[in-house]
Amino acid sequence: MRVVLRDICKGFGPVQAIDGISLAFEPGEIHALLGENGAGKTTLMNILYGLYQPDSGTIEIGGAARRIRSPGDAIALGVGMIHQHFTLIPVMTVAENLILGESRADRWHLDRRHASDEIAAFSQHHRLPVDPDVPVWQLPVGTQQRVEILKALRRGAQTLILDEPTAVLTPQEVEELFTVLRGFRESGRAVVFISHKLHEVMTISDRVTVLRHGRVAGTTQTECTDPASLTRLMIGREVDTDWVRPPFTPGSVCLSVNDLVVRNDRDRDAVRGVSLQVHRGEILGIAGVDGNGQGELAETLTGLRRSVSGKIRIRDRDITDASIAEIAEQGIAHIPQDRQKTGLVSGFSVEENLMLDAGMLRRRSRNGLLDLVAIRAETERLMETYDIRARDSRQAVSALSGGNQQKVVLARALSRRPDVLIAFNPTRGVDVNATDEIHRRLLEHRAAGAAILLISTELEEIYRLSDRIAVMLDGRIVGIVEAGTPRQEVGRLMAGAV
Amino acid sequence: MMGGALRQRTAALAVPTAAIGGAFLVGGAIIQLAGYDAFKALGALMVGAFGSVYGLGETVVRSCPLLLTGLAVSFAFRCGIWNIGAEGQFLMGALMAAWVAPTVSGWGGVFGTASVMAVSLVAGGTWGALAAGLKVWRNVQEVISTIMLNFIAIQLIGFAVHGPLMETAAQFPQTDPVAQTLRLTRGLAPTRIHTGILVGLLTAGLLYVLLFRTAFGYRIRAVGLNPDAAHAAGIDVSRSTIAAMGVSGAIAGLAGAVELTGVTFRLYEDFAGGYGYTAIAVALLGRLHPGGVLLTALLFGALETGASAMQRAAGVSAVLVYVIQALILLFVVTAAVFERFRAQRAGGR
Repeated sequence: MRVVLRDICKGFGPVQAIDGISLAFEPGEIHALLGENGAGKTTLMNILYGLYQPDSGTIEIGGAARRIRSPGDAIALGVGMIHQHFTLIPVMTVAENLILGESRADRWHLDRRHASDEIAAFSQHHRLPVDPDVPVWQLPVGTQQRVEILKALRRGAQTLILDEPTAVLTPQEVEELFTVLRGFRESGRAVVFISHKLHEVMTISDRVTVLRHGRVAGTTQTECTDPASLTRLMIGREVDTDWVRPPFTPGSVCLSVNDLVVRNDRDRDAVRGVSLQVHRGEILGIAGVDGNGQGELAETLTGLRRSVSGKIRIRDRDITDASIAEIAEQGIAHIPQDRQKTGLVSGFSVEENLMLDAGMLRRRSRNGLLDLVAIRAETERLMETYDIRARDSRQAVSALSGGNQQKVVLARALSRRPDVLIAFNPTRGVDVNATDEIHRRLLEHRAAGAAILLISTELEEIYRLSDRIAVMLDGRIVGIVEAGTPRQEVGRLMAGAV
Repeated sequence: MMGGALRQRTAALAVPTAAIGGAFLVGGAIIQLAGYDAFKALGALMVGAFGSVYGLGETVVRSCPLLLTGLAVSFAFRCGIWNIGAEGQFLMGALMAAWVAPTVSGWGGVFGTASVMAVSLVAGGTWGALAAGLKVWRNVQEVISTIMLNFIAIQLIGFAVHGPLMETAAQFPQTDPVAQTLRLTRGLAPTRIHTGILVGLLTAGLLYVLLFRTAFGYRIRAVGLNPDAAHAAGIDVSRSTIAAMGVSGAIAGLAGAVELTGVTFRLYEDFAGGYGYTAIAVALLGRLHPGGVLLTALLFGALETGASAMQRAAGVSAVLVYVIQALILLFVVTAAVFERFRAQRAGGR
């Protein structure tokens, strides 16, 4: 069945996540959806799967307009979705997970033997072998994913959406998944493959649609394109002419990283021997497609993650694997990637969030008692300086817009006058005006002699701010280029094309 | 500027008030349906709790352990910890107080009493910190460990009052009464109002200052609201967790000593009688705020005092009061779920 999306729009508060997207998924094709984080891939598919309601636009399945109110509706229409985080019940066996929610003839009595034989036959038939009697938690991730796929198939999925299915898989498992997906194509199903990994998209898909800022940046046959053109579509190439960056006058080396190796949460090497130096008065931009080790690098530099080997120095001081508080004390501040998760305490007021920092807390208290007068005065000064629009300093930070929330994070980091600032996607989910404001602040701080490591998946931002650009791919720095280097060159490095 | 803060305060009070009103309405309907006169019954309950000096005094006396244990539970909650173990911490505080009482009774008034209180603080605090240590170092769910520690405390009391601490007459499983010198001063006869009430009020005030005016309390609240952000800001989450449970347990332990030296004078099995569990309801209904906990403890104390008057006057079983308590809690929890649901719809996520 052909699935057609027409003029879909969806906003979350002030952010327009999907801005008029039209797309068609054909039976017998593997269609890749490519785009940066926040481009709208997952949101769009959550709309098709009935998890979100679009603000406007229509969905047609099998030639008729459909209203999809819930995943139940989507399943009834033959749409199945495999989420990044599985929806299996770990303590139940494979067979139990697969028959869950089915209405069965033996309503009051579960014939396990029969159910497990049935599932074994079903998985053989689809060439997705699994042992039906093993509890799901004992299975490797790749096999769990296979169970998820079987679940979608049992519910009659004709269109199968996979949200970044390879993120959790080993290379071997990725190969097996690709074989399965090709089988689906042959059986006349439509596969939607969401990813931001270019080489996988090139390998598996028939057609590819690139999303950028909630819009379709382009749709092409995969064989007619190459990684570099896809990168260009993903990151765009608008040039803003009125932006002037003050001249670059680097000072002494302030942050130096030597042959750093770091493992991710799944215990695989995520940073594989990174070396870099950031000077005073310099912004070093780290460009790269998301998930190439940038997160682990930032976490290690700020003490949130331990390294395997290598050295990190600030000025002359070795801070490798020092505690978070020690690192902060040495003058490294941090704008974390995810302000909701690690940047802010959303139940706290603006004032309370601005003092969320061990050092600041110590300075603002006497004999353990908080100096509320000084804190309020300081907060009001920072709100003024950084143009944080809140009703007053005691308003809950959760009531502020994304831009104002980010300015709180920025104000807290910069008010310490750190020697080194690690800024990770400092303008994600922030409107244009706030973005300009934040960029100006970063440049001011650079002019004041700080070393700034800017990690961003927005190439636009990297180009706007960086004095040098390092490209990170697969845990390595694959090249460091000067600010004026043409974008194609950087795009080529990001895509891993030689 | 003030308008917003005031609106926030009013909203915070609106939900509990509506829940209490709703609980009385439904509770009244149940009484009526059971064939009694609801107005007479609830009227007798109010008069019993507030209508006389004696009633008022009893209300305050019964509120006191609820206030202290409620404060204890709410403090742990502020750090994101479910302290289901106030019951056990209360018992350990009382047990250690009863144990040292004979030794320190000769030390004279204030000093003796202070020693008993200090011992109960340490005992309850240790019991609480033990659960926190298990959570931090061995990743044991505090809900499980605190309940288990309750059972251990109950058995220890049982052992003590049947064994080493049994009264000299050796007739009943209870301790000898604590010496006159260690008993809290009473006032307003014939009520049993004792100076332990002041200890409760003082603790509420101190906890308010600790939570909202000190760096220590700030860290506790940050960890409770977002441990990831607190950790990223360099706050030691493990240390805050242990400290919060230590303070929480200490307050519950203090409640045990106050009950022992202010009301019962003897320790016996079932000494806590569920205060530690009602405390969870008190903490939640009081929105984890010392002032709110104070009001809720008074309300629950009044309900329990009025219950017997209701039984005498209208023939309605006193147990019905627990139905009303439960209804209040159900309404509050439901309101919280609705609020979250509404926020979710509005936020899209």
